[in-house]
Amino acid sequence: MKRSRPEPVQVVKQRRDAALAALVESVPYIRFLNITFDRRGDELTSVLHFDDKLIGNPFLPAIHGGVTAAFLEVTSVITLNWSHLWPKIESGELDPEDLAAGKIPRQPKTIDFTVDYLRSGLPRDAYARATVNRAGRRYASVHVEAWQDHKDRLFAQATGHFLIPQDPASKA
Amino acid sequence: MADKTMLARQFIEAIPHARELGMVLTEIGDGMAEITMAYDEKLIGDPETGVIHGGAVSAVMDTCCGAAVMSHPSAPGGTATIDLRIDYMRAATPGQTITTRATCHHITRNVAFVRAVAMDEDSDRPVATASGAFTVEKGF
Repeated sequence: MKRSRPEPVQVVKQRRDAALAALVESVPYIRFLNITFDRRGDELTSVLHFDDKLIGNPFLPAIHGGVTAAFLEVTSVITLNWSHLWPKIESGELDPEDLAAGKIPRQPKTIDFTVDYLRSGLPRDAYARATVNRAGRRYASVHVEAWQDHKDRLFAQATGHFLIPQDPASKA
Repeated sequence: MADKTMLARQFIEAIPHARELGMVLTEIGDGMAEITMAYDEKLIGDPETGVIHGGAVSAVMDTCCGAAVMSHPSAPGGTATIDLRIDYMRAATPGQTITTRATCHHITRNVAFVRAVAMDEDSDRPVATASGAFTVEKGF
């Protein structure tokens, strides 16, 4: 039997990027802060696009500590959610077009979040990457790091614990 | 001491992000501060339920803790967050105003220690608590 021709790689990539964008854009607060995500395979990098409304100390000026915390938390939640969706997208169990069409899965809930402020956030774009250090059936532990001009000079880092939303089907 | 309280109030009210989120400083003085933030659709973290994002709660907590530090009788000037931990006890009820109260319970020459709690209109069941360490700056 002849196998059907695989889809062009560009089409697959576009569909996956659209799914990620739908996941991110479904959250009003992420849109308000203007945080976007870049994807390389399963690896995500978030971008906090600078705006004057993000200023916390107008004398320095510096990004508000609460914005930094929110940026790190958003990065953690989306990365954690994506880490659950990615294998399902790869195996074909989940159609990225369903996601793009608005069938958004429940987000993990934050249990606690600890932010370590290393230096002040400068009035320019910031980037962050999160690592899921442990993802159990109910709980996950995520570490996230943020930088601006130099990846090895972090301006903030955080660790958080999250409650994984349970599939209604697997509730026993 | 009234001058310091006024200075802290002016500082907090001048923060662009605090204004953007609609934060209102309702009480300040002697190392204690209270800030409210009205519900707004742009703060939603879960579009299905309309519950506000944890990050928005973090932003008020952080501001409120900073205000508490600046209003402490032994604080000479401004402050910056060194570390802040937030525990989320439950989802805030959609549509309700968030009220945060922070207390600077200990201060040294260099470090201020703060605790805070966030509530919605049901003040008996906190939405979140926070504890953090802040710098003690000589000026603003």
